[in-house]
Amino acid sequence: MADLTTLIDAPVLRPKRIWLETLRKSLTYRRTQIGLAITIMILLVALLGPLLSPYEPSAFIGRPFAQPSAEFWLGTDVRGRDVLSRVLNGGLAVVWMSVAAATVGIVLGASIGMLAAYSRGWFAELLMRTMDVFLALPSVIMVLMFVSLLGPQQWLIVLLVGISHMPQVARVMQGVASDIARRDFILFAEALNVPRWKILFREILPNIMTPLMVEYGIRIVWSIAGIAALSVMGYGIQPPDADWGLLINENRGRLATRPLPVLAPALLIALFALGVNLMAEGLSATISGVARKTGAR
Amino acid sequence: MLSVTIPDGQTLDPVPGTDWALKVRDLRIELPAGGDIVDEVCFEIARGEVLGLVGESGSGKTTVGMALLAYARGGARITRGEIWVNAASGPVNILAHTGAELRRLRGAAVAYVPQDPAAALNPALTLRLQLAEALDAHVEGLTDADRSARIREVMKDVGLPDTDAFLARYPHQLSGGQQQRIGIAMAIILRPAVIVLDEPTTGLDVSTQNRILEVVRRLCDEYRIGALHVTHDLSVISALADKIMVMYSGRVVELGKVADVFNRPRHPYSQALLSAVPELSSRSALVALAGTPARPGERPAGCFFAPRCRIADAGCTAEAPALQPTEPQHAVACFKAGATATAAPVHLPDPPLVDTAPVLAVENLQVAYGPYKVLTGVTFDVRKGECIAIVGESGSGKSTLSRSLVGLVPSASRGISFQGEGLDPNARRRSSKQRQKIQYIFQSPFNSLNPRQTVASILGLVHETFHRGSAAERQAACIRALEMVGLPAQAMNLFPDEMSGGERQRASIARALLSNPDVLVCDEVTSALDVSVQAAIVNLLKRLMEEQGLTIIFVTHDLALVRNIAHRVLVLERGVVAEIGAVGQVIDHPVHAYSRELIRNAQQADLTMRVAMQTA
Repeated sequence: MADLTTLIDAPVLRPKRIWLETLRKSLTYRRTQIGLAITIMILLVALLGPLLSPYEPSAFIGRPFAQPSAEFWLGTDVRGRDVLSRVLNGGLAVVWMSVAAATVGIVLGASIGMLAAYSRGWFAELLMRTMDVFLALPSVIMVLMFVSLLGPQQWLIVLLVGISHMPQVARVMQGVASDIARRDFILFAEALNVPRWKILFREILPNIMTPLMVEYGIRIVWSIAGIAALSVMGYGIQPPDADWGLLINENRGRLATRPLPVLAPALLIALFALGVNLMAEGLSATISGVARKTGAR
Repeated sequence: MLSVTIPDGQTLDPVPGTDWALKVRDLRIELPAGGDIVDEVCFEIARGEVLGLVGESGSGKTTVGMALLAYARGGARITRGEIWVNAASGPVNILAHTGAELRRLRGAAVAYVPQDPAAALNPALTLRLQLAEALDAHVEGLTDADRSARIREVMKDVGLPDTDAFLARYPHQLSGGQQQRIGIAMAIILRPAVIVLDEPTTGLDVSTQNRILEVVRRLCDEYRIGALHVTHDLSVISALADKIMVMYSGRVVELGKVADVFNRPRHPYSQALLSAVPELSSRSALVALAGTPARPGERPAGCFFAPRCRIADAGCTAEAPALQPTEPQHAVACFKAGATATAAPVHLPDPPLVDTAPVLAVENLQVAYGPYKVLTGVTFDVRKGECIAIVGESGSGKSTLSRSLVGLVPSASRGISFQGEGLDPNARRRSSKQRQKIQYIFQSPFNSLNPRQTVASILGLVHETFHRGSAAERQAACIRALEMVGLPAQAMNLFPDEMSGGERQRASIARALLSNPDVLVCDEVTSALDVSVQAAIVNLLKRLMEEQGLTIIFVTHDLALVRNIAHRVLVLERGVVAEIGAVGQVIDHPVHAYSRELIRNAQQADLTMRVAMQTA
């Protein structure tokens, strides 16, 4: 291999991936930069927070609803626990769960969308109509129902929220992929009897990577909202564990006079959603910009 | 009338008098990243004169055409030059205007006829509304009767019915030719001094094309409109234009009367371009031009054509030649203007028929989509080492026929056999060897190579499908295939969009060769390519046929190309074989009425015949 390489005086393979380049190019946009900065900040709070927390998050250490002081920077909550410690400890769950749920939705939805775009015919109809059925079911009620039946387990919430994303993702990706699936290079692979899974993942998938990344960003934002909402409703992390959504639920009674225990976690959830959303927008602006320059591809 | 102005930095005084329609002076258009698309472009068009602008893709011909409307595409900017139009209101430099004034001049002084009228006409408006819109945008206070009268007049001008019923139609209710006539009507309804036609007949068949060209010619004569006709089709120029301007890499290299330039091209590039055009009347040794044109920002010092020119010397690379009048009515940008760089192509006899055993036999092939029959009872065979051309108009089923040979039409009937074995209509149910030995090359190299893969992995797929072996063996095989089609090994690392159209088509031929096929099915493989690139691809296929003993099935609508490459021709009329025979026999003495019609149309479009007619 090495001697051939020197023989032709050129590197063998150039690991250039267009979607990676698009990601890099999107970082020149101001909104992607801001979004990335916000997201990194939230991730740092969520990941490193437990190490920095001044108190045990579930320890009762003061009066309920104490004012912020040098001792308790953000005051205490409804049961007299340190709000700052609970905020620093309560981010990890919503962060990993929303990313995981979006991943589940993207993997399932993109696979089904690609498969439907490629196979067409009755099988494609069956797949997409099944997605329509999923779309018609009210996803919030479905999730609440299963969680009530099986208990508020994290993996279950991730799975259910992920499945609720699946039909929308499948729709979008089917649209993008069906344009690709009609190209001549797919026909060529057909004529060679290239296995169908290989056509899907080797020929089609690289061509839809960029829109898929944008969709991924959007799905993370929706998952954050969904998972935080479940937790506010009491279907997520259970007390006495700390969680941003749960904090809002626990402390909403005194919102008017003691806003900090509610506002601090709410602000962090909003910032996380905002950061990811700005990145997704920057990425999609990059794609349309690239499309404008190269004649829409 | 032709007076060539050489850029000398002076401002052009609009010449009083009425004889000229357009004067373009030292035009330069730059890309946002720097580097020019076109530069030093100077030309004039007299009233009633048609100037044909030819050049290959990337030569800047469309950019120049658009610039006449003070428009530049995709972030490019017009950074220098003057474009004087002799409008009804007096001479005006269109580049000196912006905003509302420029919009008034577009349409009224300079009008544009787009390539694809179907895309340019608003599908939701009737013809009357579209035409009225063009009028109302420029003429104020028209009464309904005036407007109606002008619309009726322009409809007569372009040879369409002026009845209310016809004017109430929508664009989709017209044929392609009628749509283009509406495009022309919209351009001339305001009686502009200049019209720009951007390949207006490209998508049309030859007889429609001829009628449209007649309309343009007549209108330019009648209303004394100066026209710039941008095209890559030399034959269209010979039928329509008074003068021709040849562009190469953003520079005008030759400008002169049509018959003059066609009969005795002075610039080496013009010579190369003309000798790459196949002729209908006899087979010729097409001369392909080596290399590719330099892109903006990567152009060489001196003459841009020098790296590809056979007679270039040190002087040519030291300094760029300016466009100089060599004789009255003729200007060339070449230090060696008039020297022969490429001789006119040598005529060859038609090849003898091949009488080897048939490799591929088709018997009573039927294809139907529902009640609609695409192919009916198609029967023919192909002999080893021969090239059989399949011709017919669009819709004749020639693509379906060629695709069923490689098993891409699963609904086809049985009836195709390869070396005596029957082939399944579905490629997935054929044996690996059958799939390997018949290979298909697609029409558009822009569509048939995965844009997200390098050439190495595009070719690698074929190799790993048919051969076991190490990565090094695979790489060596791919490089060998690239060499066979004249691409360097470095092409392995390129993505398709980093290659020119011709290079992509070579890559897709290399991909077909990798499986070591016996039969190559070529579906309109040159129709997306420029004429000099086409010549190179045709020569490559001929060479492969000789060296590798390949059998080629060449699907095309271009009969001159058929004459040049095929041993035998099969004429397909609406899914039925109309005629099949030796290439010289069918083209010179067609028997079937349909083939006669096809060949008569091809003769009308043949460059040599058109030039001969113009000269006479």
